[in-house]
Amino acid sequence: MINKLLAVAFVALAVTASGCGSSSSSSSSAPPASSGGAADCSPSSLHTLTSGKLTIGTDNPAYSPYYTGGPGHDWSGKYNNDPYTGKGFEAAVAYAVAEKMGFTKDQVTWAVTHFDQSFAPGPKNFDFYLAQVSIRPKRAENVDFSLPYYRANQAVVALKGTPITSATTLADLKKYKLGTQVGTTSYDFITGTIQPSQQPSAFNTTNDAIHALQAGQIDGIVVDLPTAFYMTAVQIPKSTVVGQFPTSPGGDQWGLVMTKDSPLKACVDKAVSALTADGTLAKLQKTWLSDKVSTPVLQ
Amino acid sequence: MLPASAGNVWVALGSTVVVFAGLALIIVNSPGWPKVKHTFFDPAEFRTYFATIGHAFVLNIKIFLVAEVLILILALVLAVMRSLPGAVFFPIRVLAIGYTDLFRGIPTILLVYLFGFGIPTLQLSHVTVNPVYLGAAALVVVYTAYVSEVYRAGIESVHPSQEAAARSLGLTRGQTMQTVILPQAVRRVIPPLLNDFIGLQKDTALISVLGPVEALQRATLGASSEFNYTPYVVAAFFFVLITVPQARLTDWLIARDRKRQMAGGQV
Repeated sequence: MINKLLAVAFVALAVTASGCGSSSSSSSSAPPASSGGAADCSPSSLHTLTSGKLTIGTDNPAYSPYYTGGPGHDWSGKYNNDPYTGKGFEAAVAYAVAEKMGFTKDQVTWAVTHFDQSFAPGPKNFDFYLAQVSIRPKRAENVDFSLPYYRANQAVVALKGTPITSATTLADLKKYKLGTQVGTTSYDFITGTIQPSQQPSAFNTTNDAIHALQAGQIDGIVVDLPTAFYMTAVQIPKSTVVGQFPTSPGGDQWGLVMTKDSPLKACVDKAVSALTADGTLAKLQKTWLSDKVSTPVLQ
Repeated sequence: MLPASAGNVWVALGSTVVVFAGLALIIVNSPGWPKVKHTFFDPAEFRTYFATIGHAFVLNIKIFLVAEVLILILALVLAVMRSLPGAVFFPIRVLAIGYTDLFRGIPTILLVYLFGFGIPTLQLSHVTVNPVYLGAAALVVVYTAYVSEVYRAGIESVHPSQEAAARSLGLTRGQTMQTVILPQAVRRVIPPLLNDFIGLQKDTALISVLGPVEALQRATLGASSEFNYTPYVVAAFFFVLITVPQARLTDWLIARDRKRQMAGGQV
């Protein structure tokens, strides 16, 4: 944190010392020329990070079912997945968007971007970022979001046979110790909607939350439903999805993250809406994500 | 510390104003400043998160208050163990040295993970799985190693003639340690001791990796929910708030000690 502040201060100093060279890229002026409907979205004319290439950021580790290609490139480790394979829901969405924008598979590069970095001020190491990031008005003050590519429900995962699994309503969950991952919207959901009597826990990674569940430190993990399915199927033996929550008003919609006032936004949005219209997104959802209808809804 | 004459005060004041105003001007006039100001120093965000993070900070305070008491006791025991003379006590010395080497060397965060997730996985009965206790235990283990070294430095700084004199008066080895050596040693090491405790207070934030929502984790939650870093600055504010009085206390103790020693020299 202090380091980050210092780094920002030094960068600021350096920029000032070098004669305010890059004022156009960092000032919050209107997006160049792309505000109209008829934006030129051919790869050669797009102002991407590396011209002629599309750099896509995602978190590391990259979890199933959003990335399912198995370890590779920088994404190593047991539950980690290489996005270059294009396997998994978000990897597939990313390549579909890239293709719609006119990039070939070879022109796509993936960048490891921690969630915190995705919204840090200053230059980004990606053209767009996708890692289950929910679109929220407050967040949109600091980054640009594309149109949503998925709507996710929250769900509770617990170990089979524990008391929490008999919960059938939101009120039933109040007395349990719940946990979630930092950086998701689940924590606000727990404190705001479930309002449990015990202070919920917040973990830095999903793996840590799983450890805590298995060690009996928490009774349930609140995650998005597709992740919940993956956890119960692969990551946590003898676990079950207790239930999903009704979609909140406005919905927990996921968008691609871009730098604030990104010149790419118009073209990315165009690609996403085309993929929605032609049914590609629905098809990818069907291919990579489990069916949410069969899970009981906790009201 | 401060210049004595009135002229010097003005010089100090002038140079301070020039340096700080210069720095402020450079930062405020940099092209990225509006963005930085918005993401790190948003007054509205600060107000929103002040109470929430302050409330979460109570957990940090509880942890370090309990941990500090335990560390003071355990580290003293360890330091005395290491200072035991003679061949008979060799295994105890080895144990004490091994403990210090091991736990000063392991990164604190790793030990917090090991205690917090490892111990519950052993599924021992009668052992807590509460991550706050386990994380605090890891901090106690690490800081005991640091603080025992501080104590040891204090014990070794007491001149051997003190011990010789005490023994010649008929005090046993234990009595000598208790009534002659330790009182002098502890007084000398209070400033570095407080220094270690400031480190400990900040390291209470490490317990957040186990899930408890203390000040830093609350700030992380706020930052990631709004994509704004101001909550981190709020957390930093609270940590500084409790550190500064201690730092001044340490300065004062050092100054008092110096005065005492100089007074002794003039006798």
